[in-house]
This record gives sequence, structure tokens and C-alpha cells, in this order.
Amino acid sequence: MSEVVIRVEDVSKQYRLGDIGTGSISHDINRWWHRILGKEDPYLKIGEENDRTKKGDSQYVWALRDINFEVKQGEVLGIIGKNGAGKSTLLKILSRTTTPTVGNIKLKGRIASLLEVGTGFHPELSGRDNIFLNGAILGMKKIEIKRKFDEIVEFAGVERYIDTPVKRYSSGMYIRLAFGVAAHLEPEILIVDEVLAVGDAEFQKKCLGKMKDVSDKDGRTVLFVSHNMIAVKSLCSKAMYMRNGSVIEMGETTQVINNYLSNQQDKSLLKFFNDPGEAPGNEKARLRKIEVCPQLNDPADPITVKTPLTIEIEFWNFEDGKLINLTMFFNTFSGESIFANGTPAVNLSAGLHKASCYIPADLLNDEVYSITLMIVGDTSYSICTFDNILSFEVGEERIASGWHGKWPGFVRPKLDFKILS
Amino acid sequence: MSAEKAISMAQINGSLSEKPEKKDEEWTEIISPRTHLFDLPLRQLWNYRDLMWLFVRRDFVAQYKQTVLGPLWHLIQPIFTTIVFLLVFGKIANIPTDGIEPRMLFYMSGITVWNYFSGCLTSTSTVFLTNAAIFGKVYFPRLVLPLSIIISNIVRFGIQFLLLLALMIWFNFQGYPMKISFHWLYIPLIIALMAGIGLGLGIIISALTTRYRDLAVLLTFVIQLAMYATPVAYPLSYLRGKPYRWLIEINPLTSLVECFRYALFGKGTFDMQSLGYSVIFMVVVLFIGVLLFNKVEKTFMDTV
Repeated sequence: MSEVVIRVEDVSKQYRLGDIGTGSISHDINRWWHRILGKEDPYLKIGEENDRTKKGDSQYVWALRDINFEVKQGEVLGIIGKNGAGKSTLLKILSRTTTPTVGNIKLKGRIASLLEVGTGFHPELSGRDNIFLNGAILGMKKIEIKRKFDEIVEFAGVERYIDTPVKRYSSGMYIRLAFGVAAHLEPEILIVDEVLAVGDAEFQKKCLGKMKDVSDKDGRTVLFVSHNMIAVKSLCSKAMYMRNGSVIEMGETTQVINNYLSNQQDKSLLKFFNDPGEAPGNEKARLRKIEVCPQLNDPADPITVKTPLTIEIEFWNFEDGKLINLTMFFNTFSGESIFANGTPAVNLSAGLHKASCYIPADLLNDEVYSITLMIVGDTSYSICTFDNILSFEVGEERIASGWHGKWPGFVRPKLDFKILS
Repeated sequence: MSAEKAISMAQINGSLSEKPEKKDEEWTEIISPRTHLFDLPLRQLWNYRDLMWLFVRRDFVAQYKQTVLGPLWHLIQPIFTTIVFLLVFGKIANIPTDGIEPRMLFYMSGITVWNYFSGCLTSTSTVFLTNAAIFGKVYFPRLVLPLSIIISNIVRFGIQFLLLLALMIWFNFQGYPMKISFHWLYIPLIIALMAGIGLGLGIIISALTTRYRDLAVLLTFVIQLAMYATPVAYPLSYLRGKPYRWLIEINPLTSLVECFRYALFGKGTFDMQSLGYSVIFMVVVLFIGVLLFNKVEKTFMDTV
């Protein structure tokens, strides 16, 4: 059981940014010339760490940098990290659709991934033809597919439509058929990338059930990439936390997840401007501080849907006696407005003022929220607006339940909802 | 990847990681930045032969879905082209046909082989671009797809060749007797040579188009022009004594088209030297093609 089935050795992957055009031809020639002279590729030295929020100087970035790890047989390894941390690049290299720039990966056994569900499905072909084609693309032999054909059809529940072109299938049938083929592939190593993001609850359950089966019963190895910490926690024996193309930590799942979550949140919970000259705003009012203060037993814990929050605001008013109130808009990270809330208007003296807003537990959902703050004058116009001044993430509750999917909705109030008899 | 390679890899790494070498020999697959340029994954290709046939089947089934005439389109295209050639080159330009009678067979034979070659070339040359979606998600030996394209084209050629044969038999009873000789044995060789040149050139172009799309644009009209540089609508003998004859003769397809006609009708220009030239050309082109393909297939998803 403890045999190492994946060994990743010093793997790095470099990407070139921007467009390929005339610039790339001169780089190609330069690279080729260096190789003829027996020198190292000149562009391998200049890559930068892959942090997409910063503007880099180099045209080359390292999507992965010096990755080393091993996975043993039967392990379920959860890979977590922000978007752009290099998780998918790593999986792409493992599934051999692209190669590392440097380094080696050694594998034992057939590797297949559920991210390629439905690859090569041809809309004009019947379900039957597509099962064979897709199976063969995924590496199955014809006899193997024949043997499992009935099982696949039954799994997908499409007996009646098996000779109909798949373009006539409903999207649900299509994905079930595709998943059916992938699920019956029986690889030694299975890669699962965010399958939970698509499909309905039943489908998610099927995916997760299949993953559990594969690892528990058959002793196969699973690599699972997800942003859903609950799912990672309940399925994975080990976890790996990636950031900017490097492995930050690998080890016991709960520990890694906690470090990941607390690491993510620290930096964004406070915006503070000590000097009024540099603070955002205008000659009438400026913002000094906005902070999300979670009420946690252990400050290292992440914010979850069960954490009460206080949002503390400090601002300067420069117009003595002005009638002012504050309005706070809660948006999702992608920009949908969820709700807004305003303070009563008060006449304020010139100087520093404070405000606070209490958000009880069981109101926000597991989302990333972004706050826009507006200082309103005479209850009618905006003196200044601070768009998306602060964002924070609310995590899922830390108790695993039967449900592994994302809780729907932007808010999650706990209402008095019960069965009466 | 070969077992020898895996072991040599293990030896290199063994010294670094101090892992017992014996264990490392068991790796079934090693992913590394570069493979040997002439590594032909023949065993892998053989393992994926089912996939190759399924791709051929897909091409045929999908192409004529929702058409009334279906596979008949394979026949309509050469028939109409033959009629147009008969009018333009035969009647209007009045170019001789090497004494091949009736003239219709002269044109149709040329069109059939040329269609086959241009089909091989144009579809292999876009293989990376049109299949990027599949290539980007799953690994299988990339050569499976160009090879399946060649097989599809051979099948298509077979259908059109049957039409040609049927016409020859029909004309046989109309007073134009068929000559069946051992030269017919050249036909499979010609088909193989054309497939080789088409595949070689096609994968060279497809390897380069992943980075520079210009070639794909270029090819669409060059292939049309190339037909006029090949004796499809005229016999090579018609150029005897013309100063630009060499232009046509350096075309490696010239001898193949001529040889094809010579095999079928016993007339035309045919010599071993020019056939040998085509063979050498094919070997060189295939060699470069495989080399480039191996280089590109691993990283093309980053550049395509």
C-alpha cells in the first residue's frame, strides 16, 4: 500500500505572456542559437514568480517553480490554493497534455482525469459511437469498452437514446454519458478537477461517491483539486497547499486547510490610512480605516458562516456641522449587489469619527464579499464613494455534513423553519 | 517510453536522491521536458490502433450526416471535375492526352490521385489546430490523428478508384479495351508514396502552424496552384522540349501521377529514376516531419 506511485522531481513550467508574433520569432532564433552553442536557454533565467495581481517586468512567468512531492498508492491528495496558484498547470503536466519546462515526473500506472469528461464527443455521432470513441480517446481498448458498455449505458441511464446523435441529448444526459465513460475507465491514478462546480447535486454525489469507491475499495490513488474545503476535508487523507506556483505546505488535511484559509484572509481584513494626505476621499471627507473584525475564539481561525463580524470604520469629516450618514454596499466578488445598509444621518463636527456595523452569524453565505462604502451628505448625494474598498471571505462551517456542494444563494440567514408535527 | 530510457533516467536520479535503483525501474511512465527527437512511439501507436479506426469511422459517419446523398458525394465531386476538365482542357485548350482514349479516363485518373494527395496534405496540415480541444485535455500518441486522416483518405480514394474502374470496364465494352498488366502492382506503391509525402509535408506544416498561422493560409491556395504544376490536366509528354519542363519535373508528384496513368493505361512517361526521386523526397520529408512533430507535440498546447 505504501508504494510511491507519483514522484514529482523539481518540476517547473514557464509560460510566455502576451501574444505570439514577430517577437517570438526572434526569441525562437535566439534560443536556438544558444542551444547550438551548447548554452542554457537564455529565457529560462528571467522568469518571475507568478503573481497575477502584480504587474511584472518580464515576458516570462513561472507557472510552477521547483515542485517536489510524492504520492503513495491509495492516497487521496487534495490540492488547494487560489486561482492561478498552478494547480491546473500541475494537473495538465500530470495528464501529459503539456510538458514541464524543467524536471521529471515518474508515474506507476495509467493516469486519467475527470476533467476531460466528454472529450472528443462528436455531436453527430450516436451515443453508442461516442462511448466507443470517447473510451478509446481515454485509452481503453475496444474489447474493454465492449465489456463495460452495458454498465456505462445503465450508469448514464440513456438506454432509449443510445442510437440517437448526442446533439439531441439534454445537457444532463450528455454529461451523464460522458461521466459514465470516464468513471468506468478504472485508471490506477485518477485526477479530479473541480467536478463539483458543474452538474446538479445528484451528479456531485455520484462523482464524490465514485471517488471514495475508487480510493477505499480499489486502493487507487486520487488527486483532487477543489476550492470546496468541506469536500477536500471529508475525502482527502493528505492535502497540498499551492501558492504562486510553489508548494507551500503538504501534510495532514485539516492542518493544511487551516493554514491556507488563515493565510488567505490576513492581508485583506484591514485598510488603514494614517495620513489624511494619502487617505482616499476628497476635501470634504476622507477614509481613515475600514476593518472587518471577526469574533473568533482563536484569532488564527478563519471566518466561517458561524462567525459574527463587526465592521469598524473611521473617517474624517472636514465640513463642520454637515448632515452625514454612511451607506455600506455588500457585493459579491463578481459584482452582484447583495444588500446595502445605511446609518441614520447625524450632524457631525469637523474631525475624526467612528462607525461600526455588526453582522450576526448565520447571515452571510460562504462567499467572498466586497464592501463599497459611501459617505452621504444631506441624505441625498454622495460626498465620496470607496468602491470595493475591502473584501473578505466567509468560509464554510467546519462541521462536515452530508452535503458537499456549495450552499446556494448569496446570503444564508437562519430562519425559524421547522417541521411542526 | 523505452525501458532503457527509464533505467538511464533512474540512474541519473538515483545518485541524487539515494533511492535504490531497483525500485525506480518499475516506473511505467516518465514525463520529462524533452524526448529524443527521433523517438517514434510505435508501440504506443499500436496500443492505440482501436482509436485510429474509430477516428476513421467518425470522419465518415459524421461527414455526411444530414445529407441526402451521403457517401455518393465522394463520387459526384470527381465526376463533375472530370466534365469541367474535359471541356476546358480537352475541348477549349485542346491539350492532347498521351493517346489515352477516351479522354474522360485520362482526366478522371489524374483527378482521383490528385484528390487523394491534396486530401492527405490539407487535412493533416491542420491536425493540431482542429483537434486542439481534444489534445488539450487528454494524452494519446498525437500521431494517431494524422495517421487516421491518411487512412480515411485511402478509403475515400478506394471509393473513387472503384468509380474509375467501373468506367474503364464500361468503356471496355464500348470498344476501348482495358489493359491489365503487372504494372497494376505499382498502384499500391504510388498510393503509399503519396500518403508518405502528404503526411510528411502535412505534419511539417501542422507543426509550424501551431506557432505561425501564416502557413495554413498559404497552403490553401498553394495546393490549388500545385495541381497545375503536376500533370493532372495535361500529360508530361506535352511539355517535351519546352524550357520550363524542369519546373514540372522537380515536382515529386509528377512522376507519381504519370506512373499511375502508365500503370492503368500503359501510356505516359514512366521511368525508374524519377520514381526513385519521389521515394527519396518522401523519406526526407517524413524524416523532417516526424522530427518536427516530436518537438512540437509536447508543448504545442502552450502555443497553439
